[in-house]
Amino acid sequence: MSSVLYDVPGPKARRISLIGSVIGSLLILGLLAWIIMVLAQQGIFESRRWQIFTRTDVWRLLGNGLGATLSAAALSAVIAFPLGLALCLLRIADSPIIRIPVRVVLEFLRGMPVVLMMLFVLLGFGTSPFIAVVTGLVLYNAAVFAEIIRAGIQSLPKGQREAGLAIGLTSYRSRMLIELPQAIRRMMPSLVAQMVVLLKDTSLGYIVAYGELLRAVQVMADFLGNAYLFPVFFVAAAIYIAINIAVSRLAVWIERRGSKKAAGGTAKAEPATVEAGAP
Amino acid sequence: MDVIIENLPLYWEGFLRTLFLSAVSGVIALVLGTLLAAARVSPVAALRGFSMVYVEVLRNTPLTIAFFFAAIVLPRLGVKFEQFEIAAIIALSTYTAAFIAEAVRSGVNSVPVGQAEAARSIGMGFGQVLSLIILPQALRTVIPPLINILIALVKNSSVAGAFFVLELFGYGRQLANANGDAVITVLLGTAFFYLLLTVPLGILASTVERKVAIAR
Repeated sequence: MSSVLYDVPGPKARRISLIGSVIGSLLILGLLAWIIMVLAQQGIFESRRWQIFTRTDVWRLLGNGLGATLSAAALSAVIAFPLGLALCLLRIADSPIIRIPVRVVLEFLRGMPVVLMMLFVLLGFGTSPFIAVVTGLVLYNAAVFAEIIRAGIQSLPKGQREAGLAIGLTSYRSRMLIELPQAIRRMMPSLVAQMVVLLKDTSLGYIVAYGELLRAVQVMADFLGNAYLFPVFFVAAAIYIAINIAVSRLAVWIERRGSKKAAGGTAKAEPATVEAGAP
Repeated sequence: MDVIIENLPLYWEGFLRTLFLSAVSGVIALVLGTLLAAARVSPVAALRGFSMVYVEVLRNTPLTIAFFFAAIVLPRLGVKFEQFEIAAIIALSTYTAAFIAEAVRSGVNSVPVGQAEAARSIGMGFGQVLSLIILPQALRTVIPPLINILIALVKNSSVAGAFFVLELFGYGRQLANANGDAVITVLLGTAFFYLLLTVPLGILASTVERKVAIAR
């Protein structure tokens, strides 16, 4: 697509583009050099600041933080997904007595900041930070999962449900056996993207004093002294970003694989991204 | 209920500051995000690369890390702020810009190829094709996802409350600590003010989506 926006460059345009590239690269390199210089003036690159990474207890603290992050994310995902599925089924129930209250609850959950939910559980019910973090993540992400799966079910051709009902399945069995498997497969990229969001949001645990990766950084900076804040922060941020990029790549890979599979069969699902991947 | 009514001025102040943070960061992020998207489809390889790396890294950075960097690490590196609002705006707008860039880029890709070809065939250059033909059409498809990003931005601004900015979440936390016996009421009040912003925006998004759902 992008190549349609401009002509296949001729020799002159190629030269201009090359000059542009060189100037652009120089500017970016200059910016980087400036940042590094500023950092160096602060003494960030003194080897003693980075020597703390030769100590095993620093790594143990970081490892503990990472473990806390991952375990909160994993537990939340494992609870949130089935809950989201159940909420989705209730949200599209035939009876308005069920459908409308569930819809209101979902809107409520999706419209609230996750931190606020965490704080609510932490202070309102006096739980441990871990439970507050997991509850906040579960409530929010279950609502988002429900919306994603609903978008998936609604993107299916009507005939799927009609055929299910026509062969004598009950409404519930038609949803479970015919529609959900297709909807979940269609929405896999959005679901995985939402998993990345969930993983990112565990860092909000920092605010409710949950001992995750960022909190570990803060603890170390307080304990070892501010001189070590930048190195430790840098390493922790790199760990976080690397994990998230890996999971995002997984989502892209699943999307590619899925679109290859779907290419032969049904109409391509309109990627109703809801707001997955957008917080 | 009394707690909320007594502290209504505080809530209101927090509400206004949340609105201010979201509006300023939203505008900066829209401009920055559109520029990044333009760089992403531009003929200059260095710009494309820069935009790609920026979006990839920022999209995968947890917001709390961005805030931690802007509010705690930057001052230690010699960047001093008069107010922490500035740190919050830096974190929110750089973070949100990455998502806006992605949304705008997918909007650019949704414009049929023939449009760009037609524009080129009547002799327009890259800048003209993009600004006169592609972006105006792309914006239509992009508006609903953009509103969703802005909703997320309003909710994300709550993180600022934990980094020394007294906005809605910050006041909510303060009030919750001061009124230990009415924590649930206080926080439900905070939630109400957030919903006051996010629910209308959500309705707007779905209305616009239905209105601009042009047959393509």
